[in-house]
Amino acid sequence: MTEIEEKQPRSIEELITILEALIFVTDEPISAKDLANVLEEDSEFVQSAIEELAQEYQERKSGLMLREIAGGWQIATKTELHDEVRKFLKTRPSAKLSLAALETLAVIAYKQPVTVPEILEIRGVQSASAIKTLLDKKLIVNKGRKETVGKPMQYGTSKDFLIQFGLKDLTELPSIEDFEDLTSGL
Amino acid sequence: MESQPEQLVFDFFKEQPQIIAERNDEELKLKIGEFAGPLDLLLYLIRQEQANIFEIPIAKITDEYLRVIRLMEKLDISVAGDFLVMAATLIEIKSKMLLPREIVEENDEDADDPLKELVNRLVEYEKFKNAAQMLWEKSTVEQSIFPRGKIETDENNSEINVGVFDLLNVFQKILSRRKEEIQMEIEREEMSLSEMLSNIKLRLKQSKTFNVTEFFNHTRSKKELVLAFMAILEIVRTEAVKLLQENIFGEIILTKG
Repeated sequence: MTEIEEKQPRSIEELITILEALIFVTDEPISAKDLANVLEEDSEFVQSAIEELAQEYQERKSGLMLREIAGGWQIATKTELHDEVRKFLKTRPSAKLSLAALETLAVIAYKQPVTVPEILEIRGVQSASAIKTLLDKKLIVNKGRKETVGKPMQYGTSKDFLIQFGLKDLTELPSIEDFEDLTSGL
Repeated sequence: MESQPEQLVFDFFKEQPQIIAERNDEELKLKIGEFAGPLDLLLYLIRQEQANIFEIPIAKITDEYLRVIRLMEKLDISVAGDFLVMAATLIEIKSKMLLPREIVEENDEDADDPLKELVNRLVEYEKFKNAAQMLWEKSTVEQSIFPRGKIETDENNSEINVGVFDLLNVFQKILSRRKEEIQMEIEREEMSLSEMLSNIKLRLKQSKTFNVTEFFNHTRSKKELVLAFMAILEIVRTEAVKLLQENIFGEIILTKG
Protein backbone atom coordinates (compact mmCIF):
# COMPACT_ATOMS: atom_id res chain seq x y z
CA MET A 1 0.00 0.00 0.00
CA THR A 2 1.28 3.42 -0.89
CA GLU A 3 1.36 6.13 1.71
CA ILE A 4 -1.20 8.75 0.82
CA GLU A 5 0.24 12.22 1.01
CA GLU A 6 -2.01 14.65 2.92
CA LYS A 7 -5.32 13.93 1.31
CA GLN A 8 -7.46 16.92 0.42
CA PRO A 9 -10.94 16.45 1.86
CA ARG A 10 -13.47 15.85 -0.88
CA SER A 11 -16.20 18.37 -1.52
CA ILE A 12 -19.75 17.03 -1.57
CA GLU A 13 -19.88 17.61 -5.34
CA GLU A 14 -16.79 15.46 -5.86
CA LEU A 15 -18.19 12.81 -3.59
CA ILE A 16 -21.49 12.74 -5.46
CA THR A 17 -19.65 12.25 -8.75
CA ILE A 18 -17.66 9.35 -7.37
CA LEU A 19 -20.66 7.77 -5.66
CA GLU A 20 -22.68 7.84 -8.86
CA ALA A 21 -19.90 5.93 -10.63
CA LEU A 22 -19.58 3.37 -7.84
CA ILE A 23 -23.30 2.75 -7.49
CA PHE A 24 -23.47 2.38 -11.26
CA VAL A 25 -20.82 -0.34 -11.43
CA THR A 26 -22.00 -2.42 -8.48
CA ASP A 27 -23.92 -5.51 -9.34
CA GLU A 28 -26.00 -5.61 -6.16
CA PRO A 29 -27.41 -2.80 -4.06
CA ILE A 30 -24.57 -1.25 -2.07
CA SER A 31 -24.97 0.35 1.34
CA ALA A 32 -23.83 3.85 2.28
CA LYS A 33 -21.64 2.23 4.92
CA ASP A 34 -19.81 0.05 2.40
CA LEU A 35 -19.33 3.02 0.12
CA ALA A 36 -18.01 5.08 3.04
CA ASN A 37 -15.52 2.33 3.90
CA VAL A 38 -14.21 2.11 0.36
CA LEU A 39 -13.84 5.87 0.04
CA GLU A 40 -12.62 6.35 3.61
CA GLU A 41 -15.29 8.91 4.20
CA ASP A 42 -17.68 9.52 7.05
CA SER A 43 -20.77 7.41 6.42
CA GLU A 44 -23.17 10.22 7.31
CA PHE A 45 -21.44 12.42 4.77
CA VAL A 46 -21.81 9.67 2.18
CA GLN A 47 -25.45 9.13 3.12
CA SER A 48 -26.33 12.78 2.63
CA ALA A 49 -24.41 12.88 -0.65
CA ILE A 50 -26.37 9.87 -1.94
CA GLU A 51 -29.64 11.47 -0.94
CA GLU A 52 -28.66 14.62 -2.80
CA LEU A 53 -27.80 12.54 -5.85
CA ALA A 54 -31.15 10.75 -5.65
CA GLN A 55 -32.80 14.16 -5.51
CA GLU A 56 -30.87 15.23 -8.62
CA TYR A 57 -32.13 12.19 -10.50
CA GLN A 58 -35.67 13.15 -9.65
CA GLU A 59 -35.29 16.77 -10.58
CA ARG A 60 -33.75 16.29 -13.98
CA LYS A 61 -36.49 13.93 -15.20
CA SER A 62 -34.03 11.12 -15.64
CA GLY A 63 -35.02 7.79 -17.10
CA LEU A 64 -33.20 6.35 -14.14
CA MET A 65 -33.72 6.56 -10.44
CA LEU A 66 -31.44 6.10 -7.51
CA ARG A 67 -33.30 4.12 -4.94
CA GLU A 68 -32.83 2.36 -1.64
CA ILE A 69 -33.48 -1.36 -1.71
CA ALA A 70 -32.45 -4.38 0.38
CA GLY A 71 -30.29 -2.25 2.64
CA GLY A 72 -28.38 -0.64 -0.21
CA TRP A 73 -28.56 1.79 -3.10
CA GLN A 74 -29.19 0.93 -6.70
CA ILE A 75 -29.57 2.74 -10.02
CA ALA A 76 -32.57 1.41 -11.94
CA THR A 77 -35.02 2.41 -14.62
CA LYS A 78 -38.18 4.22 -13.66
CA THR A 79 -41.38 2.23 -13.24
CA GLU A 80 -43.29 4.13 -15.90
CA LEU A 81 -40.79 3.14 -18.58
CA HIS A 82 -41.46 -0.58 -18.20
CA ASP A 83 -43.22 -0.96 -21.55
CA GLU A 84 -40.35 0.46 -23.56
CA VAL A 85 -37.65 -1.27 -21.55
CA ARG A 86 -39.40 -4.61 -21.78
CA LYS A 87 -39.92 -4.20 -25.50
CA PHE A 88 -36.25 -3.40 -25.95
CA LEU A 89 -35.05 -6.26 -23.77
CA LYS A 90 -37.64 -8.59 -25.30
CA THR A 91 -38.59 -9.86 -21.86
CA ARG A 92 -41.92 -10.61 -20.34
CA PRO A 93 -42.82 -10.36 -16.67
CA SER A 94 -41.63 -13.53 -15.02
CA ALA A 95 -44.09 -16.08 -13.75
CA LYS A 96 -46.06 -15.04 -10.72
CA LEU A 97 -46.08 -17.04 -7.56
CA SER A 98 -49.21 -19.06 -6.87
CA LEU A 99 -51.67 -17.88 -4.28
CA ALA A 100 -50.53 -20.65 -1.93
CA ALA A 101 -46.88 -19.65 -2.33
CA LEU A 102 -47.67 -15.97 -1.76
CA GLU A 103 -49.63 -16.75 1.39
CA THR A 104 -46.85 -18.94 2.70
CA LEU A 105 -44.35 -16.20 1.91
CA ALA A 106 -46.49 -13.66 3.76
CA VAL A 107 -46.61 -15.89 6.85
CA ILE A 108 -42.84 -16.41 6.72
CA ALA A 109 -42.15 -12.71 6.18
CA TYR A 110 -44.21 -11.68 9.19
CA LYS A 111 -43.56 -14.57 11.56
CA GLN A 112 -39.90 -15.34 10.91
CA PRO A 113 -38.18 -17.39 12.05
CA VAL A 114 -41.11 -19.74 11.61
CA THR A 115 -41.48 -23.52 11.39
CA VAL A 116 -43.59 -25.66 9.07
CA PRO A 117 -46.12 -26.59 11.82
CA GLU A 118 -46.51 -22.90 12.68
CA ILE A 119 -47.23 -22.10 9.03
CA LEU A 120 -49.76 -24.94 8.92
CA GLU A 121 -51.44 -23.52 12.02
CA ILE A 122 -52.04 -20.17 10.31
CA ARG A 123 -52.81 -21.34 6.79
CA GLY A 124 -54.76 -24.45 7.76
CA VAL A 125 -53.15 -26.37 4.93
CA GLN A 126 -49.91 -28.22 4.25
CA SER A 127 -47.39 -25.86 2.69
CA ALA A 128 -44.59 -28.23 1.71
CA SER A 129 -44.68 -27.57 -2.03
CA ALA A 130 -45.06 -23.83 -1.52
CA ILE A 131 -42.02 -23.87 0.76
CA LYS A 132 -40.05 -25.80 -1.83
CA THR A 133 -40.97 -23.27 -4.52
CA LEU A 134 -39.92 -20.40 -2.26
CA LEU A 135 -36.63 -22.11 -1.43
CA ASP A 136 -35.98 -22.80 -5.13
CA LYS A 137 -36.62 -19.16 -5.93
CA LYS A 138 -34.30 -18.20 -3.06
CA LEU A 139 -36.98 -16.02 -1.50
CA ILE A 140 -36.64 -17.83 1.81
CA VAL A 141 -33.71 -19.42 3.61
CA ASN A 142 -33.21 -21.91 6.41
CA LYS A 143 -32.82 -20.22 9.75
CA GLY A 144 -31.65 -23.18 11.78
CA ARG A 145 -33.70 -25.54 13.89
CA LYS A 146 -36.08 -24.63 16.68
CA GLU A 147 -35.30 -25.99 20.10
CA THR A 148 -38.59 -27.80 20.59
CA VAL A 149 -39.88 -31.32 20.12
CA GLY A 150 -38.69 -32.71 16.81
CA LYS A 151 -36.39 -29.72 16.26
CA PRO A 152 -38.30 -28.43 13.24
CA MET A 153 -36.53 -26.34 10.60
CA GLN A 154 -37.19 -22.62 10.77
CA TYR A 155 -37.51 -20.36 7.76
CA GLY A 156 -37.01 -16.67 7.15
CA THR A 157 -36.95 -14.35 4.15
CA SER A 158 -33.77 -13.72 2.16
CA LYS A 159 -32.10 -10.66 0.69
CA ASP A 160 -33.53 -11.72 -2.68
CA PHE A 161 -36.97 -11.38 -1.12
CA LEU A 162 -36.27 -7.72 -0.31
CA ILE A 163 -34.95 -7.14 -3.83
CA GLN A 164 -37.81 -8.87 -5.64
CA PHE A 165 -40.45 -7.12 -3.58
CA GLY A 166 -38.74 -3.75 -3.66
CA LEU A 167 -38.25 -3.41 0.08
CA LYS A 168 -35.53 -1.44 1.87
CA ASP A 169 -35.72 -3.80 4.80
CA LEU A 170 -38.28 -5.86 6.72
CA THR A 171 -39.42 -2.90 8.79
CA GLU A 172 -40.80 -1.41 5.59
CA LEU A 173 -43.52 -4.07 5.56
CA PRO A 174 -46.77 -2.64 6.89
CA SER A 175 -47.76 -4.02 10.27
CA ILE A 176 -49.73 -7.26 10.01
CA GLU A 177 -52.43 -5.79 12.25
CA ASP A 178 -53.11 -3.18 9.56
CA PHE A 179 -54.55 -5.92 7.38
CA GLU A 180 -57.23 -6.88 9.82
CA ASP A 181 -60.12 -4.61 8.92
CA LEU A 182 -59.83 -4.69 5.19
CA THR A 183 -62.65 -7.11 4.52
CA SER A 184 -63.88 -8.77 7.71
CA GLY A 185 -66.26 -5.95 8.60
CA LEU A 186 -68.60 -6.46 5.68
CA MET B 1 -81.47 -35.40 1.34
CA GLU B 2 -82.47 -34.97 -2.26
CA SER B 3 -80.29 -36.69 -4.76
CA GLN B 4 -80.48 -33.84 -7.21
CA PRO B 5 -77.38 -33.66 -9.37
CA GLU B 6 -74.98 -30.92 -8.38
CA GLN B 7 -75.20 -27.98 -10.65
CA LEU B 8 -71.95 -27.27 -12.38
CA VAL B 9 -72.34 -23.55 -12.22
CA PHE B 10 -69.24 -21.58 -11.49
CA ASP B 11 -70.64 -18.10 -11.39
CA PHE B 12 -69.50 -17.62 -7.82
CA PHE B 13 -65.92 -17.87 -8.98
CA LYS B 14 -66.30 -14.63 -10.84
CA GLU B 15 -65.70 -12.88 -7.59
CA GLN B 16 -62.32 -14.39 -7.10
CA PRO B 17 -59.74 -12.31 -5.32
CA GLN B 18 -57.58 -10.24 -7.61
CA ILE B 19 -54.63 -12.53 -7.23
CA ILE B 20 -56.50 -15.32 -8.91
CA ALA B 21 -58.20 -13.17 -11.50
CA GLU B 22 -54.78 -12.26 -12.85
CA ARG B 23 -53.93 -15.79 -13.75
CA ASN B 24 -55.28 -17.03 -17.02
CA ASP B 25 -56.23 -20.60 -16.37
CA GLU B 26 -57.96 -22.17 -19.30
CA GLU B 27 -59.91 -24.76 -17.41
CA LEU B 28 -62.64 -24.45 -14.87
CA LYS B 29 -61.26 -27.56 -13.28
CA LEU B 30 -58.16 -25.71 -12.32
CA LYS B 31 -60.04 -22.71 -11.08
CA ILE B 32 -61.92 -24.52 -8.40
CA GLY B 33 -58.67 -25.88 -7.10
CA GLU B 34 -57.34 -22.38 -6.69
CA PHE B 35 -58.48 -22.03 -3.12
CA ALA B 36 -55.29 -21.73 -1.19
CA GLY B 37 -56.69 -23.87 1.60
CA PRO B 38 -59.79 -24.70 3.66
CA LEU B 39 -59.69 -21.35 5.46
CA ASP B 40 -59.57 -19.59 2.12
CA LEU B 41 -62.62 -21.51 0.92
CA LEU B 42 -64.44 -20.85 4.18
CA LEU B 43 -63.74 -17.12 4.02
CA TYR B 44 -64.97 -17.12 0.47
CA LEU B 45 -68.24 -18.82 1.40
CA ILE B 46 -68.80 -16.48 4.34
CA ARG B 47 -68.33 -13.54 2.02
CA GLN B 48 -70.70 -15.10 -0.50
CA GLU B 49 -73.33 -15.17 2.22
CA GLN B 50 -72.49 -11.57 3.03
CA ALA B 51 -72.03 -12.67 6.58
CA ASN B 52 -69.85 -11.19 9.26
CA ILE B 53 -66.86 -13.23 10.22
CA PHE B 54 -67.87 -12.97 13.90
CA GLU B 55 -71.45 -14.13 13.27
CA ILE B 56 -71.04 -17.06 10.96
CA PRO B 57 -74.34 -18.74 9.99
CA ILE B 58 -72.71 -22.03 10.78
CA ALA B 59 -75.41 -24.42 9.49
CA LYS B 60 -75.60 -22.74 6.13
CA ILE B 61 -71.87 -22.34 5.72
CA THR B 62 -71.29 -25.97 6.68
CA ASP B 63 -73.73 -27.13 4.01
CA GLU B 64 -72.13 -24.88 1.42
CA TYR B 65 -68.69 -26.06 2.37
CA LEU B 66 -69.67 -29.73 2.05
CA ARG B 67 -71.32 -28.99 -1.27
CA VAL B 68 -68.12 -27.52 -2.67
CA ILE B 69 -66.08 -30.44 -1.35
CA ARG B 70 -68.44 -32.87 -3.06
CA LEU B 71 -68.24 -30.82 -6.23
CA MET B 72 -64.50 -30.97 -6.12
CA GLU B 73 -64.61 -34.72 -5.73
CA LYS B 74 -67.01 -35.00 -8.59
CA LEU B 75 -64.69 -32.99 -10.78
CA ASP B 76 -61.92 -35.38 -9.90
CA ILE B 77 -59.92 -32.82 -8.02
CA SER B 78 -58.07 -34.59 -5.28
CA VAL B 79 -59.40 -32.99 -2.15
CA ALA B 80 -56.54 -32.42 0.20
CA GLY B 81 -56.85 -33.90 3.68
CA ASP B 82 -56.82 -30.44 5.19
CA PHE B 83 -60.13 -29.63 3.47
CA LEU B 84 -61.66 -32.73 5.02
CA VAL B 85 -60.34 -31.85 8.46
CA MET B 86 -62.11 -28.52 8.17
CA ALA B 87 -65.31 -30.27 7.07
CA ALA B 88 -65.15 -32.39 10.21
CA THR B 89 -64.57 -29.32 12.35
CA LEU B 90 -67.58 -27.58 10.84
CA ILE B 91 -69.81 -30.60 11.36
CA GLU B 92 -68.65 -30.82 14.95
CA ILE B 93 -69.46 -27.17 15.58
CA LYS B 94 -72.81 -27.51 13.88
CA SER B 95 -73.81 -30.53 15.90
CA LYS B 96 -72.69 -28.94 19.15
CA MET B 97 -74.88 -25.96 18.45
CA LEU B 98 -77.85 -28.26 18.07
CA LEU B 99 -77.38 -29.68 21.54
CA PRO B 100 -79.15 -28.05 24.45
CA ARG B 101 -76.95 -25.57 26.29
CA GLU B 102 -76.65 -27.46 29.59
CA ILE B 103 -75.25 -30.58 28.00
CA VAL B 104 -72.64 -28.61 26.15
CA GLU B 105 -71.53 -26.87 29.31
CA GLU B 106 -71.36 -30.14 31.20
CA ASN B 107 -69.19 -31.76 28.63
CA ASP B 108 -66.97 -28.79 27.99
CA GLU B 109 -64.82 -28.22 30.98
CA ASP B 110 -63.08 -24.98 30.21
CA ALA B 111 -65.37 -23.61 27.53
CA ASP B 112 -63.17 -24.87 24.74
CA ASP B 113 -65.40 -23.28 22.17
CA PRO B 114 -64.52 -24.67 18.72
CA LEU B 115 -66.49 -21.94 16.97
CA LYS B 116 -64.63 -19.19 18.76
CA GLU B 117 -61.39 -20.92 17.94
CA LEU B 118 -62.38 -21.15 14.28
CA VAL B 119 -63.30 -17.46 14.16
CA ASN B 120 -59.94 -16.55 15.66
CA ARG B 121 -58.17 -18.65 13.07
CA LEU B 122 -60.17 -17.04 10.29
CA VAL B 123 -59.37 -13.55 11.53
CA GLU B 124 -55.69 -14.43 11.78
CA TYR B 125 -55.66 -16.14 8.40
CA GLU B 126 -57.35 -13.24 6.67
CA LYS B 127 -54.59 -10.89 7.76
CA PHE B 128 -52.02 -13.03 6.00
CA LYS B 129 -54.21 -13.43 2.97
CA ASN B 130 -54.36 -9.65 2.69
CA ALA B 131 -50.63 -9.44 3.29
CA ALA B 132 -50.15 -11.93 0.42
CA GLN B 133 -52.10 -9.60 -1.82
CA MET B 134 -49.90 -6.69 -0.73
CA LEU B 135 -46.82 -8.76 -1.61
CA TRP B 136 -48.31 -9.57 -4.98
CA GLU B 137 -48.84 -5.88 -5.68
CA LYS B 138 -45.31 -5.03 -4.60
CA SER B 139 -43.77 -7.69 -6.82
CA THR B 140 -45.85 -6.48 -9.75
CA VAL B 141 -44.51 -2.96 -9.32
CA GLU B 142 -41.01 -4.32 -8.86
CA GLN B 143 -41.21 -6.24 -12.12
CA SER B 144 -41.47 -2.98 -14.00
CA ILE B 145 -38.15 -1.73 -12.65
CA PHE B 146 -34.89 -2.79 -14.22
CA PRO B 147 -31.41 -2.40 -12.76
CA ARG B 148 -28.55 -2.24 -15.21
CA GLY B 149 -27.75 -5.45 -17.06
CA LYS B 150 -24.90 -7.63 -15.98
CA ILE B 151 -21.54 -6.74 -17.40
CA GLU B 152 -18.51 -8.94 -17.85
CA THR B 153 -16.74 -7.87 -14.70
CA ASP B 154 -19.68 -9.04 -12.60
CA GLU B 155 -18.57 -12.53 -13.45
CA ASN B 156 -15.20 -13.99 -12.59
CA ASN B 157 -12.07 -12.16 -13.49
CA SER B 158 -10.24 -13.30 -16.59
CA GLU B 159 -7.48 -15.10 -14.73
CA ILE B 160 -8.97 -18.21 -13.31
CA ASN B 161 -7.08 -20.58 -11.12
CA VAL B 162 -7.14 -24.03 -12.58
CA GLY B 163 -7.74 -27.15 -10.54
CA VAL B 164 -6.67 -30.68 -11.27
CA PHE B 165 -10.08 -31.46 -12.69
CA ASP B 166 -9.80 -28.75 -15.32
CA LEU B 167 -6.48 -30.26 -16.30
CA LEU B 168 -8.05 -33.70 -16.46
CA ASN B 169 -10.76 -32.28 -18.65
CA VAL B 170 -8.32 -30.92 -21.20
CA PHE B 171 -6.44 -34.18 -21.10
CA GLN B 172 -9.58 -36.17 -21.82
CA LYS B 173 -10.54 -33.90 -24.67
CA ILE B 174 -7.22 -34.41 -26.36
CA LEU B 175 -7.29 -38.11 -25.63
CA SER B 176 -10.66 -38.52 -27.30
CA ARG B 177 -9.45 -36.54 -30.27
CA ARG B 178 -6.48 -38.88 -30.52
CA LYS B 179 -8.74 -41.89 -30.63
CA GLU B 180 -10.30 -40.71 -33.83
CA GLU B 181 -7.02 -40.49 -35.67
CA ILE B 182 -6.13 -43.86 -37.05
CA GLN B 183 -2.43 -44.29 -36.97
CA MET B 184 -0.07 -46.87 -38.23
CA GLU B 185 1.60 -48.77 -35.49
CA ILE B 186 5.26 -48.01 -35.72
CA GLU B 187 7.70 -48.97 -33.07
CA ARG B 188 9.08 -45.85 -31.57
CA GLU B 189 11.44 -45.09 -28.83
CA GLU B 190 9.29 -44.03 -25.88
CA MET B 191 10.19 -41.53 -23.24
CA SER B 192 10.24 -42.41 -19.57
CA LEU B 193 8.48 -40.35 -16.92
CA SER B 194 11.74 -38.93 -15.60
CA GLU B 195 12.77 -37.93 -19.13
CA MET B 196 9.44 -36.22 -19.59
CA LEU B 197 9.81 -34.47 -16.24
CA SER B 198 13.26 -33.08 -16.99
CA ASN B 199 12.04 -32.11 -20.44
CA ILE B 200 9.25 -29.96 -18.98
CA LYS B 201 11.51 -28.55 -16.28
CA LEU B 202 14.00 -27.51 -18.90
CA ARG B 203 11.35 -25.78 -20.96
CA LEU B 204 10.06 -24.02 -17.87
CA LYS B 205 13.56 -22.79 -17.13
CA GLN B 206 13.98 -21.42 -20.64
CA SER B 207 10.73 -19.50 -20.75
CA LYS B 208 8.80 -18.69 -17.64
CA THR B 209 5.49 -19.82 -19.04
CA PHE B 210 4.52 -23.03 -20.66
CA ASN B 211 1.39 -23.82 -22.64
CA VAL B 212 0.09 -27.12 -21.29
CA THR B 213 -2.63 -27.61 -23.88
CA GLU B 214 -0.18 -27.14 -26.70
CA PHE B 215 2.29 -29.47 -25.07
CA PHE B 216 -0.34 -32.19 -24.81
CA ASN B 217 -1.21 -31.71 -28.44
CA HIS B 218 2.37 -32.20 -29.52
CA THR B 219 2.90 -35.56 -27.91
CA ARG B 220 3.47 -38.31 -30.42
CA SER B 221 1.52 -41.19 -28.89
CA LYS B 222 -1.10 -41.97 -26.32
CA LYS B 223 1.48 -43.32 -23.99
CA GLU B 224 3.51 -40.16 -24.28
CA LEU B 225 0.38 -38.10 -23.66
CA VAL B 226 -0.31 -40.01 -20.46
CA LEU B 227 3.29 -39.51 -19.42
CA ALA B 228 3.03 -35.79 -20.12
CA PHE B 229 -0.10 -35.56 -18.03
CA MET B 230 1.51 -37.38 -15.13
CA ALA B 231 4.58 -35.22 -15.39
CA ILE B 232 2.50 -32.03 -15.24
CA LEU B 233 0.70 -33.31 -12.16
CA GLU B 234 4.03 -34.17 -10.58
CA ILE B 235 5.46 -30.73 -11.29
CA VAL B 236 2.41 -28.97 -9.91
CA ARG B 237 2.79 -31.08 -6.79
CA THR B 238 6.49 -30.64 -6.22
CA GLU B 239 7.54 -27.34 -7.78
CA ALA B 240 6.55 -23.78 -7.13
CA VAL B 241 4.41 -23.42 -10.21
CA LYS B 242 0.90 -22.19 -10.92
CA LEU B 243 -1.64 -23.34 -13.46
CA LEU B 244 -3.58 -20.49 -15.02
CA GLN B 245 -6.41 -20.30 -17.48
CA GLU B 246 -7.10 -16.95 -19.03
CA ASN B 247 -10.69 -17.62 -19.86
CA ILE B 248 -13.18 -20.39 -19.40
CA PHE B 249 -12.36 -23.34 -21.70
CA GLY B 250 -9.21 -21.47 -22.70
CA GLU B 251 -5.72 -22.82 -22.81
CA ILE B 252 -4.04 -23.81 -19.58
CA ILE B 253 -0.70 -22.16 -18.92
CA LEU B 254 1.93 -23.29 -16.46
CA THR B 255 3.86 -20.42 -14.88
CA LYS B 256 6.69 -20.20 -12.39
CA GLY B 257 6.18 -18.82 -8.92
